[in-house]
Amino acid sequence: MITYLFVGLFVLMSGYFVYFEAVLRPDVINNPYNSRQETFAERVVRGNILASDGTVLARTNVAEDGTETREYPYGNLFAHVVGYSTMGRTGIESLANFSLLTSNAFIGERISRELQEEKNMGDSVVTTLDLNLQQTAYDALGNQKGAVVVLEVKTGRVLAMVSKPDYDPNRMEEDWELLTREDESESVLYNRASQGLYAPGSTFKIITLLEYMREKKNYEAFTFDCTGGLTRGDYTISCYNKTVHGEEDLQEAFAKSCNGAFASIGLSLDKGAFTSTCEGLLFNSELPVAIPYSKSSFAMGSGAGEPEQMMTAIGQGKTVVSPLHMAMIVSSIGNQGMLMRPYFLDSVETYTGGRVKTYRPSAYKSLMSEEEAEILKEYMREVVVLGTGRGLNDLGFPVAGKTGTAEYSSDKTKSHAWFAGFSDTGSEDDIAVCVVVEEMGSSSEYSVPIARKIFAAWNSGR
Amino acid sequence: MTNLIVELSKYAFIILMALYTYLCFSVLKKKQEGEIRYGFGVQTFLMFLIHLLAYVVIYLQTEQVKVLVFYLLQVFALQTVRVVCQVIYPKINRLVLNNMCLMLSLGFIILTRLSYDRAVRQFQMVAVSLVIFLVIPVLIRKCGFLQKLPWVYGGIGLLLLVMVAFFGDTSNGAKLSIEIAGFGLQPSEFVKISFVFFTAARLSESVKFRDLVLTTAMAALHVLILVYSRDLGGALLFFITYLVMLYAASKKPFYLLSGLGAGCAAAFAGYRLFAHVRVRVLAWSDPFRVIDNEGYQITQSLFAIGTGGWFGMGLCRGTPGKIPIVDQDFIFSALAEEFGGIFALCLILICMSCFVMFVNIAMQIKNNFYKYTALGLGTFYGFQVFLTIGGAIKFIPSTGVTLPLISYGGSSVVSTIAVFAIIQGMYLLKEDEDSKIGKKRKQTAKAKTKSLKTEEKP
Repeated sequence: MITYLFVGLFVLMSGYFVYFEAVLRPDVINNPYNSRQETFAERVVRGNILASDGTVLARTNVAEDGTETREYPYGNLFAHVVGYSTMGRTGIESLANFSLLTSNAFIGERISRELQEEKNMGDSVVTTLDLNLQQTAYDALGNQKGAVVVLEVKTGRVLAMVSKPDYDPNRMEEDWELLTREDESESVLYNRASQGLYAPGSTFKIITLLEYMREKKNYEAFTFDCTGGLTRGDYTISCYNKTVHGEEDLQEAFAKSCNGAFASIGLSLDKGAFTSTCEGLLFNSELPVAIPYSKSSFAMGSGAGEPEQMMTAIGQGKTVVSPLHMAMIVSSIGNQGMLMRPYFLDSVETYTGGRVKTYRPSAYKSLMSEEEAEILKEYMREVVVLGTGRGLNDLGFPVAGKTGTAEYSSDKTKSHAWFAGFSDTGSEDDIAVCVVVEEMGSSSEYSVPIARKIFAAWNSGR
Repeated sequence: MTNLIVELSKYAFIILMALYTYLCFSVLKKKQEGEIRYGFGVQTFLMFLIHLLAYVVIYLQTEQVKVLVFYLLQVFALQTVRVVCQVIYPKINRLVLNNMCLMLSLGFIILTRLSYDRAVRQFQMVAVSLVIFLVIPVLIRKCGFLQKLPWVYGGIGLLLLVMVAFFGDTSNGAKLSIEIAGFGLQPSEFVKISFVFFTAARLSESVKFRDLVLTTAMAALHVLILVYSRDLGGALLFFITYLVMLYAASKKPFYLLSGLGAGCAAAFAGYRLFAHVRVRVLAWSDPFRVIDNEGYQITQSLFAIGTGGWFGMGLCRGTPGKIPIVDQDFIFSALAEEFGGIFALCLILICMSCFVMFVNIAMQIKNNFYKYTALGLGTFYGFQVFLTIGGAIKFIPSTGVTLPLISYGGSSVVSTIAVFAIIQGMYLLKEDEDSKIGKKRKQTAKAKTKSLKTEEKP
């Protein structure tokens, strides 16, 4: 009997070993700490990175004497998302490093190259990035600082990811000192789309609304008489531009982004339940994202006073969120509450185009019920139809979204402009868009037009 | 050209090793003497082929002639043992002998690749131990009094462990070795043997409750001293081995279960009490979160195994040197990295076949003392393999024990070869008994027929 027990242990261990080699292996070896990847580079020419349509985004040129240079034909356009591989590795260059340094070329060719002591050609990775959308988002953001994320709602494919200011990955070695000097205040190398944390401003009202719906069965009965803000004790929250919204129901208050109404909602919410709703939406927790990102934070404690409750409800307060995270939240609203894992790699091919591996979309988890997603979508539609997102109403297809203007300093004239929303055509290729423009002011003036250009480009490219 | 040979050798190693492993199990099913002999012959051939190919590959990449000389010395040593065994112990268990030679040669190969100097030192130790290997079966045959000295074994064992606990050198947080005349010695490797002898002698004497209490107290003392020296892997090995032997002798599942229960409670208490236990568990449960500190070693090991994949990087083509203490606790990862996952899996199976063979031998022996000894030593071997490989692949927390016969370490390799020799010795005793019984039967049968004819008393 003891013998069987021990043999059982051995069999279990062998089973785990097989499981490790077959299932866990790719994630383990792709870890940036795995310096063994370097040894591959001695025998394999780093493969290409391609856009979803096959356009080359990064290639390695080998000179006569064997020196290799990494070329990024689109320069700054894909700076953060594709990354660089010269001074360390970032972005997709880091994510797909193992595939790029592995050759699955025809075995005969590999052997003959080995014989001639030549390097083999690494595999290419086809990304999910859409050249047209990336270019549009890049141009639309212009010279402003900020970030744009575009996801495919049903799959989680990352179609575009822009962060500005940016840099030229072709010139890393020359520019390295400049980019990393101590008084560099622009954080150029930082990928604002996933690592930047911003106060969400009124885009957070989506979450306040969700919490209100969860707590109050008769939420639709809500009315508020807006006099341009809300005062509690010595503390006043004003509506944007001190606009007086008058008598309004919940849908109007959301569409017009009435701060007074949402501040009053904030006062009525249970702090503990609010926190758990936020954590259910992945605040204060890890995101299912393979590139470096910053954790969003929701920090209203049980001891928060009324001013903090009011500010938190309208997305000011201590809450911060990354553009990618906000894009994930709204894309789940567009996908019946189900969050798809955002992913960057569509497939791996040999350098001649033979298929090696295809990545499939995968659901991460349901962030909210289908009904909740449906109601939020309805409210977000109203924002575009008659609220602050009207600039998106004449695109020829329905869009749902929420704008936000986030004050980030005591200087009230300066603020970040947000937009987060998705196309609602019901087709498989609907997209979610999140835009943040830093230090610009009103969202309808800055972020909505950018989103509009992206939606239009997406529609014309279908 | 070298590239191509290294590449192709990867697949050759896997095929040879797979064949060898297959024979380990298929030979056991064969009934005919000739077929069995042939199977073992093929195994020996495969073993030498792997050995040769590996040294060719190492030579091609290092281009050092001394490597070839070293290779020839190894072949000489291994071949000498094999031939001498066939002459003086024709009935030796060939499977165990083959597996021992294979694992020794794998150890030489990977150690040569990691550090030539260490490989040479290892070879010197092995050469000495092989002589001991040849002598031990004779000693066992001649020394019938072995089973009458339980307290001598127990006393020696405790004395050695106490010496380490108080005067030992600390390495990697555990007190394992003492220095005697410039030689680092790990007494716990030898205490394994004395411990098994003690337990087997006591248990074969009596399994009355009062005697068991005394035996268990002595065993517990061994384990506690090891815990005090922070040699947790060692403590666990001793503990499990004792439980297995106790169960085999008493046949009472209650002892086994209550022992395991007590073990779990002790493990939990250890986790709560000792920081170094928590570190090990943390490094196991989520090594990537603490990759810079506690998780460094295990993640390097996983990188090595993972990067090697099923087919390996090729001998001398990986970077196993990046794993701390690779030549002892993590030698399995180095093998998996360069020879590949299939090869490593075969190695696990070969170790398993060794263990199964040990237990088989134990079960066939009639004398209780020899039976329990073989079982105890077999358990030590099997469980140690499980701990070290399981630790390297993050199946269980790492316990810092070596892979017998393959890892670097004089004490470990000497004691393991001694263990193999002791089990062989007991196997030979059993074979002697069998053939004696056989002869007697034949004689009596002959005598009977004679007596029928001549009516003489047999």
